[in-house]
Amino acid sequence: MIDRPIGYQATPDPVAIAELDPEQWLHMYEQMSKIRAFEEAANELYTSARMPGLTHLYIGEEAVAVGVCEALRQDDYITSTHRGHGHCLAKGATLDRMFAELLGKAAGYCRGKGGSMHIADQDTGNLGANAIVGGSAGIATGAALSIKMRGSDQVAVCFFGDGALGQGLFYESANMAQLWKLPVIYVCENNQYNEYTHNSETAAGTLTGRAEAFGIHTVSVDGQDVRAVYSVMSELVARARRGEGPAFLLCHTYRFHGHHVGDIDRSYYRSKEEEQWWREGRDPLKLLAGWLQEQGMEAAIFARIDEAVRREVEAAVQFALDAPYPDASEVDRHVYA
Amino acid sequence: MSMREPQFSLAVKNPGVREITFAEAVREAIAEEMRRDPRVFVIGEDVAEAGTVFKVLKGMVDEFGPQRIIDSPISEAGIAGIGVGAAMTGMRPIVDIMFGDFITLTMDQMVNQAAKTHYMSGGKLKVPMVLRTTMGATRRSAAQHSQSLHAWLSHVPGLKVVIPSTPYDAKGLMKAAIRDENPVAIFEDKMSYQLKGPVPTTEYVLPIGVADVKRTGEDVTIVATSSMVQVALKAAEILAESGISAEVVDPRSTAPLDKQTLIESAKKTSRAIVVDEGYQSYGVTAEIAAVIADGAFYYLDAPVKRLGAMDVPIPFSPPLEDLTVPTPAALVDLAKSLCGKV
Repeated sequence: MIDRPIGYQATPDPVAIAELDPEQWLHMYEQMSKIRAFEEAANELYTSARMPGLTHLYIGEEAVAVGVCEALRQDDYITSTHRGHGHCLAKGATLDRMFAELLGKAAGYCRGKGGSMHIADQDTGNLGANAIVGGSAGIATGAALSIKMRGSDQVAVCFFGDGALGQGLFYESANMAQLWKLPVIYVCENNQYNEYTHNSETAAGTLTGRAEAFGIHTVSVDGQDVRAVYSVMSELVARARRGEGPAFLLCHTYRFHGHHVGDIDRSYYRSKEEEQWWREGRDPLKLLAGWLQEQGMEAAIFARIDEAVRREVEAAVQFALDAPYPDASEVDRHVYA
Repeated sequence: MSMREPQFSLAVKNPGVREITFAEAVREAIAEEMRRDPRVFVIGEDVAEAGTVFKVLKGMVDEFGPQRIIDSPISEAGIAGIGVGAAMTGMRPIVDIMFGDFITLTMDQMVNQAAKTHYMSGGKLKVPMVLRTTMGATRRSAAQHSQSLHAWLSHVPGLKVVIPSTPYDAKGLMKAAIRDENPVAIFEDKMSYQLKGPVPTTEYVLPIGVADVKRTGEDVTIVATSSMVQVALKAAEILAESGISAEVVDPRSTAPLDKQTLIESAKKTSRAIVVDEGYQSYGVTAEIAAVIADGAFYYLDAPVKRLGAMDVPIPFSPPLEDLTVPTPAALVDLAKSLCGKV
């Protein structure tokens, strides 16, 4: 493990924070709390051997999904990643059908045939999570081309991690997006690790430099600050709707858990001190709650939200546990439309 | 008109039929579909003013404009991915991949994205896109511009793979592919672009997954695909002089494969040869031979024989390249030995 400083890799760009009603920020807290509780329950399902396969937890990165998706309309598109539960929930997916999909049940978003890494939900504009790292750069860009050809004012958002910048597809797609001024926003969740390898070992130059090389409008933001993410994203969305073309949003963030639920011993690739620095000082829920309290909101509100969300998650887990598996006849359905 | 009707007499019989080339048939199909459906567009390298390197789309940009005949960078993976995303969100893209050899660059998008999206989403998302590309050797283009890699995509559930052999089939199947709700790959034999054949002036669409008997016969079935259909028809003529009556069956698509027609023909003739321009090992000939062996076993008088491209990187030197592709002579020899008439 190469010795490296703890904390943000680069200073985020200055952001003009949007003027929202406190209730709207509180709604974002609730969304983040829901993702946190969902992921904690998913982890519990895994460790208690009630979930098949494994899953990649989004805990620590909630402000990115929520800040981005709160700036979108329901008919805007997103493409997601293997670490995608947060994106799906933030875009409007429901807890019960999400858990049902994680457990491979017929009531899941994909009738149990996609699983944790492939949740798609047309009704909320979710074109699907993708288990090929960087695999959806083309899909999101194609959705943006479709938007432009149809004369719509939708936007397409491509979520991916810093690891995806090692894949060539992003560069081919981003080049065309800028050439043709497509309404696509590439949201790079820089959690610093390509699985078990820090990106200082995998990425030459700067991360933003990759998009800047195409002349794409590029912003970097503190991905732990949902107000900052939302504020920047709102501007990028408005810009895309005006036909001003693609953008690249680099979100500095951190995953509090391992690459996947089974990644328990992480000492060979990152230190406990580093994890502690992020968990204690840069937890997106704590940051937003702290700021809202400074604005005069009482602390008990957050506990009440967390508790309500926890009960909702419990009920959704129970729904999924009780739900039936798909009938055997499902196995060769939907191979062809 | 019946699909079983021999096509080469159509023009004579029917005043509504004229002779056009394979390339013209493809162009007509795409142009007709673009006129009837504003969602259809073409994206690829040098498709607009250049009309593709083979000039198949020549002039189309004049009618449809550069917004619908889109010249792309040399980014096969990128345009395949863009095709998938556009298809998922209401468009009908035709992604043009200049040489079949370059589908290797689109593999993640075709295999992991296009093919699986409908299934993985529990039937909610659809990818109605066409990937149009070429196949076929003997153009003196060496190992990276001559391969017939249709078996690669035929291996993957969720994709349809069409391999037309005549202008008539090329037009009818292209129109079907564009209207299909699934990702369809079409491999066009580049040596067939100037092949002429009868094509009706009125509109028609052919179903994907239905084989066509190109010549009826009694003694041996030759299952031939794409470029090999003309080879098989020539062989059948030569065999006829030796008193061997060969039936030539063209599957027209490898996925879905019209197993029934192939098996019925083999049952009737009791002998079968499969010829395809893909590499012989682990290829289309192996799959079709297995289908026939399984379905017609008790009717066969001899093992099913196969002829594919030689398992070598396709050489540049013309005399060497010609050795790698099945020829009428090779097919005649094989058929004669199979029929015990050497």
